[in-house]
Amino acid sequence: MTAAKHDRLILDLAADLRPVRRLSPPLLRALVWLAVLAGLALALAAFANLEAVWQRIGAAPDLWLAVIGSAMTAILAAVAAFELSLPDATRAWAALPLPAALLWVGASGFGCLRDFIAPQSHVAVMSETADCLMFIVFLSVPLSALLFAMLRRGYPLYPGLTAVIGGLAVAAAAASLLNFFHPYDAAATDLLVHAVAVTVVIAGIRALSGRIFPVPAAIANNVTVSRVAPN
Amino acid sequence: MSAAAQPNLIRWDGNQPLLPARFPGMAALSSGARTLFMSEAERQPRSADDLRRAVQMAAAQAGDRGAYEALLRDCVPLIRAVAVRRGVAADYVEDVVQDVLLTIHRARQTYDPRRSFGAWLRTIAERRAIDLLRRVGRQHAREIHAPVEFEAFADERARPPDSAASAGGRVDEALASLPERQREAVRVLVLEEQSLSEAALTTSRSKGALKVNLHRALKALRGRFGEETERS
Repeated sequence: MTAAKHDRLILDLAADLRPVRRLSPPLLRALVWLAVLAGLALALAAFANLEAVWQRIGAAPDLWLAVIGSAMTAILAAVAAFELSLPDATRAWAALPLPAALLWVGASGFGCLRDFIAPQSHVAVMSETADCLMFIVFLSVPLSALLFAMLRRGYPLYPGLTAVIGGLAVAAAAASLLNFFHPYDAAATDLLVHAVAVTVVIAGIRALSGRIFPVPAAIANNVTVSRVAPN
Repeated sequence: MSAAAQPNLIRWDGNQPLLPARFPGMAALSSGARTLFMSEAERQPRSADDLRRAVQMAAAQAGDRGAYEALLRDCVPLIRAVAVRRGVAADYVEDVVQDVLLTIHRARQTYDPRRSFGAWLRTIAERRAIDLLRRVGRQHAREIHAPVEFEAFADERARPPDSAASAGGRVDEALASLPERQREAVRVLVLEEQSLSEAALTTSRSKGALKVNLHRALKALRGRFGEETERS
């Protein structure tokens, strides 16, 4: 068998060829995004009462474990998302941020027992947790805009999965930054609100994944074939 | 086609980097991390064919249409092999080829010539083959393939051996072979649909004789056509 059946498509694709700039290694691209994130963290730290933050986080192991967990989730999920944005990536990359995510969720979940361990802690009330929700959701907007502008240069064959892992990176990053402005200890209500915020961010990005990433070849078939000039 | 893309001009042992990396340390770290998720095929040393394709793809990334066209033609049998191995039916193999060619085109900036082109292509082709199997599977869940429905006779034995036109001729022939009295009984009672008393008047036979003759005629005809059906 020969390639004769696909002659027209091949000629068409060759005619359509434009020089492209090769993508940098995915790890490097992830680090660019994380560097922007670090810059944002430094800027926010300038406004935060760092002493209070340090005191609060150092008070109980579950608090700093949760911070480490969310920060590691952001880093690893960003790396996984950039790897997944390549067409030859295996889905196994999606598992990369899971251990960190488990630490994050587990340590936060432990905070639910706070009422029994340290009853004098200031537990956030509903109106205060609404601020957390807004903070996470609104901080996610610029972070995800940058992340997905970068991811779009790739061509993921699992666009939905890539979007979810990218969304996890964004939500974890926003939740990590929230610690600068979070004078409450973790509690069930607080944790629930954070979970809702993270889910909203991931689900929103997942829903948009069809528009974020290029249309899969299979769907666009007709468009390209009809573009072939008869000769 | 550029000089670099011509197979016999390549002098490269596969160890030195194909292209100068802009961030050498980073590239090494990144490819180290990728090793964890590499397929078995990718760990194998790269063949001369694979190196040639990597060079062609690098040339295509720079805009070399000749190298690109040659590379795409070269890819077609490789993609077919992957699709067939994945269990894609013969009717759909060319669809997979087309999908993969389009994917190569749109994803060409993501290929890193330091890595195996064959492995890159194979992963994409397998993914597209699976996509197609799912699409076809969904289609089959909604639609039934029933070619028998379009046949006039689902049961082959019900089909007359000859065309309908000659079937009439065979009936005439069978009638003609009957004895005179029996043929008469069939004509008046069956073909002309007369009642038994009318028939008795027109033929001047007794009702009993007509009934006996009709019975014998039908028995003879049944025997004749029954035999034919069994034969066919």
